[in-house]
Amino acid sequence: MVRAVYVKRGQVMNKKLQEQLLKRSKAAKMERFGKTISFLALMLITVTVFAIIIFVASKGLSTFVTNHVNIVDFLTGKNWNPNVTDSKGQPEVGALPMISGSFVVTILSALLATPFAIGTAIFMNEISPHRGAKLLQPVIELLVGIPSVVYGFIGLTVIVPAVRSVFGGSGFGILAGTFVLFVMILPTVTSMSVDALRSVPRYYREAALALGATQWQTIYKVVLRSATPGILTAIVFGMARAFGEALAVQMVIGNAALLPTNLVSPASTLTSVLTTGIGNTVMGSLQNNALWSLALVLLIMSLIFNLVVRMIGRKGAMSK
Amino acid sequence: MNPKVSNQIAIAMLYVIASTIVVILAALLGYIIIGGLPAISWHFLTSPAKAFTSGGGIGIQLFNSFYLLILTMLISFPIALGAGIYLNEYAKQNWVTSLVRTSIEILSSLPSVVVGLFGFLIFVVQFGFGFSILSGAFALTFFNLPLLTRSIEEALAAVPNEQREGGLALGLSKWETVLHIIVPAALPTILTGVILSAGRVFGEAAALIYTAGQSAPALNFTDWNPFNISSPLNPMRPAETLAVHIWKINSEGIMPDAKAISSGSSAVLVISVLGFNLLARFVGHRLFKRFTAG
Repeated sequence: MVRAVYVKRGQVMNKKLQEQLLKRSKAAKMERFGKTISFLALMLITVTVFAIIIFVASKGLSTFVTNHVNIVDFLTGKNWNPNVTDSKGQPEVGALPMISGSFVVTILSALLATPFAIGTAIFMNEISPHRGAKLLQPVIELLVGIPSVVYGFIGLTVIVPAVRSVFGGSGFGILAGTFVLFVMILPTVTSMSVDALRSVPRYYREAALALGATQWQTIYKVVLRSATPGILTAIVFGMARAFGEALAVQMVIGNAALLPTNLVSPASTLTSVLTTGIGNTVMGSLQNNALWSLALVLLIMSLIFNLVVRMIGRKGAMSK
Repeated sequence: MNPKVSNQIAIAMLYVIASTIVVILAALLGYIIIGGLPAISWHFLTSPAKAFTSGGGIGIQLFNSFYLLILTMLISFPIALGAGIYLNEYAKQNWVTSLVRTSIEILSSLPSVVVGLFGFLIFVVQFGFGFSILSGAFALTFFNLPLLTRSIEEALAAVPNEQREGGLALGLSKWETVLHIIVPAALPTILTGVILSAGRVFGEAAALIYTAGQSAPALNFTDWNPFNISSPLNPMRPAETLAVHIWKINSEGIMPDAKAISSGSSAVLVISVLGFNLLARFVGHRLFKRFTAG
């Protein structure tokens, strides 16, 4: 009898011990909880990105699916007037004026900013590192942070009147947009170019100088060559920023959905039409859908810029 | 050409370029700050805007900007911290991680107007939040998350591996090590990143015009119940921020002193961003000293 009780008690204790040993400890529970929570946070970001792409694409494609606009007409049409239907009974939604406006201001501002940005980066890193670090670096960091509306306001009060008095016309247009974007992307491109130059190993320069090269020959033939992928990335980043910039450009470009014929006549970009238009159209109407198609073009261009940056990175990595 | 001569010419050119840039940048900053300072007064900073007459201020817009900034940070910081921790401490090198990294990169390069339109579609229209601070805060969260995540991840990566080994050697689980050792060690850098991103959020306008709205209804600053419509804390009211205000009065403002108001507001924005930058340096430096007893 007594023996059986002991056996029984032993079994109970064994079971308790087993439970205790097999049970997940508090720390292990916390570990799992923490890992799950942080993973969910990461997934939230990823899902958001996909949601943005899917939602914008589905809204943007409805112009072509629901309203039966021909996609080629949309991309190459020169008349943007979604309220009016043309002779064939199709609404006038030619996005070429905006698309070309966006590309022209982006390319012009990048062309203008690149020599200045690279020159300044070389100056900061090669010619006068001391002054570069003390004077230029903090100013450029601050300028990267200046809100775009402030650039737009300065464009409106300084650049537009200046363009008007030099070139005539209203002053609003592609040229004013180019100048505003030039100042906006300059700090970004410069600071990224400085990073690219800084990552060139010191012994490259020493080797070139030891061979008897002058400082300029060293910079031009050695430092710039090996920093090329980084500098190209900087330029593409600047272009992506210029292409997607909305308010600063909208304030100075004049907002006329016309194919740009010269640099000082009012024009428009994808972003400027979007900022002024979305509030004035009814959700689900053709006018609204056409605007979402413009947003889709903007999104696709941003993806393409991303792809270009990746390709440059891969190529740069291979040549090393 | 003689290499020595071309060297001289090239270096002289670089001096010219660099000084041109310095002149442009100095003129820009000088124009904003010197041009805007005369417009700033206590009255300007605290009184509400006027639509048709001169003498309006930016009080409500300034409050909206800060309130929106705080809400955005409250939403985005925990998410970015979690994502940063997972990316740096747990993530393996596989296709999921590289997909996630790619999508973060894409999000950071999306034009802010596209992010704003997405916020408009989802929160304003779909969820029925209307033009409200809450919609604006969510849109700004999307805008803020990629950069904040990256800066937190970099801050965590800068913590030496010995710290992790030390934690594990004491018998802590990985999560406990991260929470009690790694995150505190990275805190100065994390805070610097948070403050810098706050400066960016503070000046953002394109993502807000269709989410937080373009109107600033009068507020009753004695009513702090968040459920009252005129309460400053109500997250469901439309809220025009300072940056949106500058855009708005320059594109369709009809008050006679629009230019003075915009230059004053621009100066306030730039000085705030400058303040955020200085604060980031100061806080990072100070905390680092405190934590390392150095």
